[in-house]
Order: sequence, then C-alpha cells, then structure tokens
Amino acid sequence: MTTTTNLPSAAELHTVKRAYDVQRIRRDFPILARDVRGKKLVYLDNAATSQKPQIVLDAIARYYEQENANIHRGVHFLSELATSKHDHARQIVQKFINAPHAHEIVFVRGATEAINLVAQTYGRKHVSSGDEVLVTAMEHHSNIVPWQILCDEKSAKLRVAPINELGELIMAEFEKLIGPRTKIIAIPHVSNALGTVNPVAKIVELAHTLNIPVVVDGAQAAPHTKIDVQSLGCDFYAFSSHKMFGPMGMGVLYGKTELLEAMPPYQGGGDMISSVTFEKTIYNKLPFKFEAGTPDVAGAIGLGVAIEYLNAIGMDNIAAYEHELLAYATEKVSAISGVRLIGTARDKAGVLSFVMDNVHPHDIGTILDQEGIAIRTGHHCAQPVMQCFGIPATARASLALYNTKDEVDALAAGIKKVQEVFS
Amino acid sequence: MADLRDLYQEVILEHSKAPRNYRELASGQRAEGFNPLCGDHFTVFLKLENDVVNDVSFQGSGCAISKASASMMTQAVKGKSKAEAKKLFDTFHKLVTEGDANGDRADLGKLAVFSGVSEFPVRVKCATLAWHTLKAALEGKQGSVSTE
Repeated sequence: MTTTTNLPSAAELHTVKRAYDVQRIRRDFPILARDVRGKKLVYLDNAATSQKPQIVLDAIARYYEQENANIHRGVHFLSELATSKHDHARQIVQKFINAPHAHEIVFVRGATEAINLVAQTYGRKHVSSGDEVLVTAMEHHSNIVPWQILCDEKSAKLRVAPINELGELIMAEFEKLIGPRTKIIAIPHVSNALGTVNPVAKIVELAHTLNIPVVVDGAQAAPHTKIDVQSLGCDFYAFSSHKMFGPMGMGVLYGKTELLEAMPPYQGGGDMISSVTFEKTIYNKLPFKFEAGTPDVAGAIGLGVAIEYLNAIGMDNIAAYEHELLAYATEKVSAISGVRLIGTARDKAGVLSFVMDNVHPHDIGTILDQEGIAIRTGHHCAQPVMQCFGIPATARASLALYNTKDEVDALAAGIKKVQEVFS
Repeated sequence: MADLRDLYQEVILEHSKAPRNYRELASGQRAEGFNPLCGDHFTVFLKLENDVVNDVSFQGSGCAISKASASMMTQAVKGKSKAEAKKLFDTFHKLVTEGDANGDRADLGKLAVFSGVSEFPVRVKCATLAWHTLKAALEGKQGSVSTE
C-alpha cells in the first residue's frame, strides 16, 4: 500500500521536488487567481471540495457543446461518441485504482451513494438479525448512517472501533471487535476530520481470514495518494470526483466482480436491464446492473480528465509534495501558543484540524475568511470524532496539490490575527 | 466590505469571556437549543411570575457571538413580560438580519451592538440561538430547538 509515509529516498525526493512546479500547477486552476473579500484567495478547504483545473472545465464544456447525446442507444454518430467517451472514462478510473476489470467500476453520484449502494444491496442480502457491522470512531457520517439504517432494518448491531489520542485506530481493540457475527467492515482510508491514514491492507488481511468483506471510504485518499485496490485487497472502494479535481455529482464504487455479480440491483430503470416484460426482468451485466437511468456522462468524462491530469503530475510526486507541505504546516501552526492540533497520527494526509484556547472554531473561520482564507469549521460530518476528543468542533485547514508554503504562512498569520481580536 | 470590528465589538468580546447569568435555575422552565452545524448548545432557564420574567439564566457552549448574545439577552429580558420579551426578539432578529436601517434601535438598548452581524449572514444563527431557545422556554415547549 502506498501512503504518504512511503516516501522516496532523499536523492529521489530532490528530483521530485525539482520537477514539481507548484506555481505552474496553480495556473491550471483559474479560480485560484481570484480575490475574495478584497484579499487573495487562500483556499484551504480541499477536504470539503477541491478546485477544478481548466482542462476539466474545458472537457465538460466541450461535451455539451460538441458531443452531447444519450449513451448506449448508439445508432447515430454523437451517441457513439458519447458512449465511447463514457467507456473510456471508466477505463481511466480502472487503471487509476488498478482494478482488474473495467466492469468493476460502477459510476455513482459520489462516495456517499457508493456506500449506500453497498449497504442497500450487499448489506441487505447478507446482514440479518443479530449480525454486526464494524466501523471506526473516525468515520464520516456517510460511512455511519448507511450502516445504521441497515442495522435498524435488520436488527443488527453497529460496532465501533475506538481511536487513540493521536486519532489512530487502536488495532488491538479493532481485532477484538471482529467476531463470528461480523458481516461487513467499513473503514475510511483517510479520515476527513483528522487526516489519519488507516492501515487498510492490514485490516483487509485480518478481515479476510474470517471471510468478512471490507468497504473502504476512499473519498479523502483519492486526491492525495496512489490507490491500488489489488494491493489493498479491499472488496469495495468508494470515492468522489469532486474531491479529486473532477466535477461534483460524480463518484465511483469499485467492487470485486464476484461480489457485484451476486448482489441484487440498487435502483431499477433504464440501462440496468437487458430485457423487460411485466412477468420478468433480466438485469444487465456489470457494471450497468447498478447504473439505472441516464448517467452523468459529462461528469464521467470530467473525472477521467481530472485523473489524467493527476497522472501527468504523478501521484507519488503529489504525495511527496503534500507530505512536505503538511509537515511545514504542522510545524508552523503548532508553534503558535494556544493552538492545539486535533489528529496527530503518525501516518497522515492533507488535513490540519486544530482548536484554540478561548476561541470557538466558528469565530476562527469568520476572522480567517476576512483575510481571504477559506477553511472549514464545525464537526466536519464526523460528530463521533468530536465526541472522542471532547470538543464541539474544530477548525480544519485541508491541503491539496496546488497549495503553497506562502499560503500556510498566511494561515499562520491569520491565526495570530484571531488571537489579536480575542486578546 | 464588512469590518471584523463591527462583528466583534468590545462589548461582545467582553460578554463572551465573562458571560452574565451563567448558571442553572433549579426550578422554573427550561429549553435547550442546538446549532447542529457548528455544535453550539445552550440551555436557557426561566422563572416566570404572572407572565413576567422574574429570573433568567443560561449555560452551554458556543462561539463568541452566540455566547455574548445569550449573556446580553438574559440581561435584556429580565423584568420584561412574556409579550415584551417576544417583541424584543422580533426587533433583535430584524437588527441582525437587516442591520440598523429600521430605526428600532432605541428599544434594543445595549443589544444594538449586534447590528454588525447583518454583514455576516452565516452568523445570524449564532446571534439568535439563545433567543430561539428563550422563545421555546417562554412557550413552555418540550424538547429542544434547532437552528437547522
């Protein structure tokens, strides 16, 4: 598994750093050049959503200007074109996560829908009364609530593996919670509120000794680190296009062929069938069985282009750059007295959550906003994480491939301004 | 452009650091208020006598704006009738949503310091959380109120 800790050697890093031209990358993202509130935009809310490079915007515009037609009805030129572009996007995604087959890539609206799909199909088929679904205490609500709905319906139990004070999963406790009634394990690859990178491959290995499938919420991993579903070994992997520089409303569920084949369909409609009579409907083959109705073709194309953009820079280069930037930000922000970092896992990606003495995160957010600095404040859709740390909310700066040390400096200056207002 | 000092006035900062009437009342009415988006959570305690606010207090956690607003609200409504307190909330609500263009400032007294909130629309919920909670307590509503 490749995470931010698998850094290249010092010599390699030097080459990477030379090759990584962040100013050039910034120029690819038109929104980064704008001002907000009379100040230069410092966009540090990437874990909520990322900005889009011009080539993604162009690809979406070109689709609607030159290529728009419904797919899979291809007797005419445009329909064939749209269909082939849609298929091509699926292949790009397949290669990006190293899935064995393109039909294992199901297009959905986002990571949330991907997880709901697994809960409502695989989950409803395999979880029954008294069974257990195991999640972690660092979950986003989107990897809690779908399982809660399932457990309520089936009288099953949702078990929660605890985290330590650094925000890391306590593996010994996690292992103890896996038992004969565990039917699904759902974990985040990277925590959105804390930035913790979980040992997915290790968890999968553990789960598979008991034949328990593992669902991975990869929404926060996809923009930061190379994903290889075969080396992770996970059974399902979910992520969202909009967090990785692609359009909103688009996402991916990867599932292993044998699991997807055995699952009942998710939604009924056109495209997911191969024949329909009022007596009997025969469902379409993978992945179309799970893609009822006209899909977001422009979204898929946009995601494909976003991935090609990431590939051109290189995920290893991005991971190395961000790792260095996060280390710089961690040092800068934790050096300010009265600031406490929340989530200090040894293996982290992209996220700097913090609280300040005597200042509520909401006030931090408002004051930074006046400086043009966009961060997120609140519980980050991870209320149980806040409960673990005994805080109502945090301020969260989250990094992406286009952020710079100057922007981190602006954040640190902004935090000092917050302290001045409240001094 | 909105000025931070319009929002974080000295009086507001001072009340957020040292909130008044920050205590529990053992008897009387109470209501809970939440702002689920930012995790603010207050309980407002109320003692009514002949429909007049005899005593009022609050406890809980929240941002500077919500805490100062709760603190100053308790001072403002003490001794007022139910109807007067509700009317004051209406005027206050107008102030934080529309600014001080509407000439009702005289009724508001010290509460006028919250006029800057109107320049920060996302903070209106913070400024009104305690008031919504007070309203629920005045009406003797069960359960809790939420700004979402």
